[in-house]
Amino acid sequence: MKRLKLLVLQVLVMIVCLGIWHVVTVYPLFGETKTIQFFFSTPLQVLGRTFKQLTGSEIYYHLGITLTETVLAFVIGSAAGILFGFTFARNDLLAAVFDPYIKAANALPRVVLAPIFALWFGLGIWSKVALGFTLVFFIVFFNVYQGVREVSPTVLANARMLGMNGRQLFRHVYWPSALTWMFSSLHTSVGFALVGAVVGEYLGSSAGLGYKIHEAESVFDVTGVFAGMLILAIFVIAIDALVTMVEKRLLVWRPGQSSTTT
Amino acid sequence: MPVAVKLGGLDITFHIEGGQRYKAVTGIDLSVAAGEFVSVVGPTGCGKSTLLNAAAGLLTPSAGKVEIFGKPLSGLNGRAGYLFQADALMPWKTALQNVAVALEPMGVPAAEANEQARGWLARVGLRAFVDRYPHMLSGGQRKRVALAQMLIRNPEILLMDEPFGPLDAQTRQIMGNLLLDLWSKDRKALIFVTHDLEEAIALSDRVVVMSAGPAAGIVADYKVPLPRPRDIAEIRLEKAFHEIHRDIWASLRVEVQKAYAMGEGKELVEDSTP
Repeated sequence: MKRLKLLVLQVLVMIVCLGIWHVVTVYPLFGETKTIQFFFSTPLQVLGRTFKQLTGSEIYYHLGITLTETVLAFVIGSAAGILFGFTFARNDLLAAVFDPYIKAANALPRVVLAPIFALWFGLGIWSKVALGFTLVFFIVFFNVYQGVREVSPTVLANARMLGMNGRQLFRHVYWPSALTWMFSSLHTSVGFALVGAVVGEYLGSSAGLGYKIHEAESVFDVTGVFAGMLILAIFVIAIDALVTMVEKRLLVWRPGQSSTTT
Repeated sequence: MPVAVKLGGLDITFHIEGGQRYKAVTGIDLSVAAGEFVSVVGPTGCGKSTLLNAAAGLLTPSAGKVEIFGKPLSGLNGRAGYLFQADALMPWKTALQNVAVALEPMGVPAAEANEQARGWLARVGLRAFVDRYPHMLSGGQRKRVALAQMLIRNPEILLMDEPFGPLDAQTRQIMGNLLLDLWSKDRKALIFVTHDLEEAIALSDRVVVMSAGPAAGIVADYKVPLPRPRDIAEIRLEKAFHEIHRDIWASLRVEVQKAYAMGEGKELVEDSTP
């Protein structure tokens, strides 16, 4: 009952927003509708265009490109983040020496790197992967670093008393602890991988969702821009749902993640 | 009976931040024979856990020696099992995995380790809970898993640091009886640190009293000549128990009052985790 009520309210918000948009753009309340529609399009047009694109085949090529870039940026960024996170967490001197540089690099707005990456890696997918990498890497790096550092000293002492050697400690204690922290930021890092891909495409490419939006924008096709954004939103929600599923499976042992507690 | 653990002239000093030093324990002489159940009692902050950590090899003493079955200890004590006060189970492993993993360093194949772990979990009364993660278990159940995890390796020396401290009174009694039951099957040397004198007497063959810290030492050593097998709840009602309790409490009370008089701030270094 409560869920139904919530759902009704959520749908209501959408209807009201779309309704206002529709009324303002279709009826001449604030001037000529043609001018207003040039700037704002109309919800029906956007929905129509989105539907047309989703039933066509061209958009899936672009979605495929964006998805490839996102996955590559996430996988490579996570792998590097895990590797460096572990190395730095287990080596105090290294961490101390590189600390200011890592902070500086992380503070840099990554968008400014996009033109340089385009120069270095060309206009294909790799310049987008590079941009996504710089975003994902730091999130994973900091979380893995924290995860290794924050291993409970009691759990660690206990594992050592059980006779575990370095390799076994890594497998049974450090690794799962670091992964926990990494998974807790999974939504953020996957989201940023996608941001890197789309922003990179937007700034210079010949394929992908970002490219589609940019293409529509360059010919003042507002309907096309909104339709591209809507498809992007659907895409993001789908990926996020997938991540939630993965997270639920991997973190069953965590309090609050499971309903089998008695 | 051979001597399982021998601490001789043990000094342990901690370096606190800011260049300060804190002498936790000094001049500790303690021998525990194989098959002997020895409890160490003392006021909070007296360095009971420090003593245990030295016997486990988790701490290196500043002076003195630690001998395990006649051999000087260097590094971790591989012949000892340790039961911690705080939760020490790996939260990302089920009860079964937590117990089975204890056999991995000994090179036992996974299938056999699982089989043995099931047996041990059944012995501590958790047959139905093997697939639970630690957060799905109660405090007492988690201690049972930790007990199984320690015992499955069949260590020759058992070290326990206020293991039942966080549990409620009823659970403590049940756990105490379970411990005695398991221990009496193959009597290992056992050092049991606690602040609960009644628990110490009910369980042990010997009770060692430590003085208030800093620079705590051993002030008294009592034999507990109560017959075994014992029931923790019932033995407290016996006359002999009361007499022993009165004797030990006489010396323990002095130390507790000293510690109390020194007030706060001295718990700075008392921490069960090394």
